[in-house]
Amino acid sequence: MFLLLPFDSLIVNLLGISLTVLFTLLLVFIIVPAVFGVSFGIRKLYMKTLLKIFAWATLRMERGAKEKNHQLYKPYTNGIIAKDPTSLEEEIKEIRQSGSNKALDKTPEFELSDIFYFCRKGMETIMDDEVTKRFSAEELESWNLLSRTNYNFQYISLRLTILWGLGVLIRYCFLLPLRIALAFTGISLLVVGTTMVGYLPNGRFKEFLSKHVHLMCYRICVRALTAIITYHNRKNRPRNGGICVANHTSPIDVIILASDGYYAMVGQVHGGLMGVIQRAMVKACPHVWFERSEVKDRHLVAKRLTEHVQDKSKLPILIFPEGTCINNTSVMMFKKGSFEIGATVYPVAIKYDPQFGDAFWNSSKYGMVTYLLRMMTSWAIVCSVWYLPPMTREKDEDAVQFANRVKSAIARQGGLVDLLWDGGLKREKVKDTFKEEQQKLYSKMIVGNHEDRSRS
Amino acid sequence: MGPRSSHIALIPDVDQIRNETGFSEASLLRLYGRFQTLDRNKKGFLSRTDLQQIGALAVNPLGDRIIDSFFLDGSQQVDFAGFARVLAHFRPVDEEEAATRDPKDPEPLNSRMNKLRFAFQLYDLDRDGKISRNEMLQVLRLMVGVQVTDEQLESITDRTVQEADEDGDGAVSFLEFTKSLEKMNIEQKMSIRILK
Repeated sequence: MFLLLPFDSLIVNLLGISLTVLFTLLLVFIIVPAVFGVSFGIRKLYMKTLLKIFAWATLRMERGAKEKNHQLYKPYTNGIIAKDPTSLEEEIKEIRQSGSNKALDKTPEFELSDIFYFCRKGMETIMDDEVTKRFSAEELESWNLLSRTNYNFQYISLRLTILWGLGVLIRYCFLLPLRIALAFTGISLLVVGTTMVGYLPNGRFKEFLSKHVHLMCYRICVRALTAIITYHNRKNRPRNGGICVANHTSPIDVIILASDGYYAMVGQVHGGLMGVIQRAMVKACPHVWFERSEVKDRHLVAKRLTEHVQDKSKLPILIFPEGTCINNTSVMMFKKGSFEIGATVYPVAIKYDPQFGDAFWNSSKYGMVTYLLRMMTSWAIVCSVWYLPPMTREKDEDAVQFANRVKSAIARQGGLVDLLWDGGLKREKVKDTFKEEQQKLYSKMIVGNHEDRSRS
Repeated sequence: MGPRSSHIALIPDVDQIRNETGFSEASLLRLYGRFQTLDRNKKGFLSRTDLQQIGALAVNPLGDRIIDSFFLDGSQQVDFAGFARVLAHFRPVDEEEAATRDPKDPEPLNSRMNKLRFAFQLYDLDRDGKISRNEMLQVLRLMVGVQVTDEQLESITDRTVQEADEDGDGAVSFLEFTKSLEKMNIEQKMSIRILK
């Protein structure tokens, strides 16, 4: 046993040294291009290889299911039930006509059969509604070798299990440490860099340095997540004095947008690590951070934002008007606050490809740390970013209509469903005002006629 | 989110549910997935609050009555079997199935009679088998909110009860209800088709 000791320590030492050297080389290989904003195209190659493997994996699972003669669970992308898009009036008229004993020209006031409309509509929403499914991760058509997206555990063959095991090894033992190292580097550089730039006197040089420090660090963070981003229409990128609005899927949205443009962030002051980062960032260039108490005061928020956009030397503000994370299959109601300010709005649509890693942050299920860990153990984060042409509020539009117009443009570009529902439904019940709309429509049908009759 | 267990055998009492409701294996898988999505705290059953969270149901004027139909015998929870049983009323009628049915078997949940009975229940608040004038008034009030005056609503109620009431007891029994809707294509209007 004593003879082994010197051997042991030699081998261990060699191993340790070679691993460290390899690791550092890799880091340098990734960080240097990030600093200069160039890319070797390695991530795209990685993506293509993965796609081929996923297709193979899904085929094997289908074969496995067929052998056992069972139903394979297939996600329902178009909804679980067949729906007819008819209005309340049309439906009720149809129901009445189909069962009416009376002559058709005399429109009755109320029929017992009217209840069928509300009954069926209600049941349809219990079976499938547009909103509930937006707050959980999107389901995938083919399996991507992550156990978190597998719905058909029973049909995995031995070969597939080995492949999956290999995937786990690569993701947790190679990619994860690498990514954590990169993230650590990126964040430290951001804090140190912006603090240092903060000591410089205000002027062109400071601005130049600040911009590049920010961009460089965000680019390193992008590589820390292995994010493969395709930017479209970069000529429409937001300019000073404008507001950039985008649909919200996760906190990563910020990193994705900020690595391609220089923005002023808006947000609440946090404690801990976030707080350190916030305080450092604001030294280099003016971001808009609100105290907790200030966030409730809408006038104060609006005033500070207006002041910021009116100063043309300040950067475009980055805002997510949905107010909460949605699962990237739809866009929900935009809060009108940012649209009342009167600045030019630069809409941006972000669409993630969930095949390589689902970026959606289900905050009721996962905390921030768990979420980041999940992100860093996925294969990659693949997304497309579209910069849409700038929009301004028209004379006869109010803030809500303007917000909806911008929302539709973003939904259309990103291929997302445009919903009028409030993202706040994730946690709260819907307001009663919407029920009144339905009641009004129905009342017109049963009482509107009554008034006509009494007149004649 | 898909079902946490996607195999049909992992649904509790699946064979019994299949016999009672007549749903296919694929449909039950989907409904079970939906049940699990609505059951946010993974309790294994749904409470009223779980159903009230559905935005589109909360804006339905009869939303509360529909939710009540899941909790019939005073219980505050509904398990998957109960959930499926209520939804089975809305299964489209299969002509072939109806023709080949053994008359000795109990009537399927999605028969015309049972669909009518379900709708009747929405009106019959105290479940005494009759829709009294007062109950009709209350349900109508739910459907119109504050948009219609008391007098208008009362005259509508009186007229409706009068037309349907045959034995003159001032209330609409289930038979009278059925009779007034005998020409209605209930099978189509009270059916929801689940996609494959």
